[in-house]
Amino acid sequence: MQRIEETVKPYDQNFTTMVPTGFVKFFRTCLIWQAIRFVLINIKMIIVVQKSH
Amino acid sequence: MARLIVMGGGVSGHTAATFAKKWLGNDHEVVVVTPNSQWNWIPSNIWVGVGQMTKEEVTFPLAPVYEKAGIDFRQAKAVSIHPHGNKESDKEYITIEYTGQGKEGQTEELTYDYLINATGPKLNFGATPGLGEGTQIGEHTVSVCTADHAVHANLELRQIFEKAKAGERQKILIGTGHGMCTCQGAAFEYIFNIEHEANNAGVRDMVDIKWISNESFLGDFGIGGLHMKRGGYAASSRLFAESLYSERGIPWIIGAHVSKVDAGKVEYELLDGSTGEEEFDFAMLIPPFAGVGLKAFDKKGEDMTDVIFAPNGFMKVDAKYDAGAYENWKASDWPRTYQNPTFSNMFACGIAFAPPHLISKPMSSPNGTPINPTPPRTGMPSGIIGKAVAHSICSLIKEGENAHLHEASMAEMGAACVASAGKGLTTGTAAALTVYPVVPDFEKYPGLGRDLDYTFGEIGLAGHWIKHILHHLFIYKAKLKPGWTLIPE
Repeated sequence: MQRIEETVKPYDQNFTTMVPTGFVKFFRTCLIWQAIRFVLINIKMIIVVQKSH
Repeated sequence: MARLIVMGGGVSGHTAATFAKKWLGNDHEVVVVTPNSQWNWIPSNIWVGVGQMTKEEVTFPLAPVYEKAGIDFRQAKAVSIHPHGNKESDKEYITIEYTGQGKEGQTEELTYDYLINATGPKLNFGATPGLGEGTQIGEHTVSVCTADHAVHANLELRQIFEKAKAGERQKILIGTGHGMCTCQGAAFEYIFNIEHEANNAGVRDMVDIKWISNESFLGDFGIGGLHMKRGGYAASSRLFAESLYSERGIPWIIGAHVSKVDAGKVEYELLDGSTGEEEFDFAMLIPPFAGVGLKAFDKKGEDMTDVIFAPNGFMKVDAKYDAGAYENWKASDWPRTYQNPTFSNMFACGIAFAPPHLISKPMSSPNGTPINPTPPRTGMPSGIIGKAVAHSICSLIKEGENAHLHEASMAEMGAACVASAGKGLTTGTAAALTVYPVVPDFEKYPGLGRDLDYTFGEIGLAGHWIKHILHHLFIYKAKLKPGWTLIPE
């Protein structure tokens, strides 16, 4: 993954997008945090699946 | 004894056939007619396309599974439907042409009492000059639509990485190959997996990766986008899609109809009517879909295809096909029972049914070129619809023609989608999304069209773990292993 400094150019196509900071990117692969998200996402998905059947 | 024929053994057809057989038992027949000998868990073809899985990991032979279930399996393609029979008999039947089982090329007539069209899409590569001929992919681009295509795509991709390692800058172009494609999600997964693999291979700085699609905004995905709660805001999927593309250094061309593909180059037209060209060393462009080309004939043998099928080749069902302009569209336009309006013993499920119209807003260039995503039918809705149709037919068989039909409108069901952004047990990520409902209902949910409490998305390692688990779970379910019915569609 590239860093903001390398990928975003002033007034280029991606200048007005929302780009994650290092903090956000860290938590995407932080094992402890993602284990918690794994449980919560599964709960949310099961609820949506149940509503759909 | 009634006979149900299911044409197509993909996600929807296989679900319909296996549940129907379970509910009907040995009292009635279930026949599956499908041209492939293998079942394919299509969502994982992406990983085959980047060399992270083998073809054998995403497919398995159907014959032993159907034999175990007591389903009559014909490895054949369905060719025509004769709902009034012929001059000799009033009994409705289909004609099939074998593609395997030692009978390649042989034709046969199969009578039916109930018929499910679950034939999926025709991969219409021929719709774009240079993309391919008919359903055959051309030589300029690759595909991940089938497991075999994906195997070839990976071989080509590795050659690109080798050239990049040798110091030759490479251009990769991923997206949709026509103004009316669907499956933007699959292309989305592929582009980010390629980017992830390029990083792993140490060649990311020598590879320029670009996106091209028919979406009017990134994150449309053929469903008009979605909104998710973020920090107290209802945030559009456009924000998150653009964020990911920017983060990964992938520029995009959107609102594009790819009009021609040549060796190393595509030509395209944009929504504003301007045209452009884009060069590539490696390109994966999703083809547009159509119905597989089934024909229908009346008792005298005269063509009546347009009675049963829409012009795009998908089967008409209980949808409102005269909804008119976008401003008049309603959630109730979408089918509920998937029963053909002319023949009550005929149903369509999965990609094979004709949607009433798009989900995304129709758009075209000043030249009149339609450039808008067509509606996706992903795995979860396809499975749910297949199961509902099977349930309806079983009710009709057991209770008679006045039996209650089961309903599964895409405007009243959600979908859980997991879009991989790179594979790796501790380094992979995926966007885990739920959308409720799939087809927006602007009357029930004014403004956004969806229930914000049940529509969400986030990117992370957890999503990747979920996608990997779903891979194993749905293959287990499709193989009818113990407890398979407990796994929801």
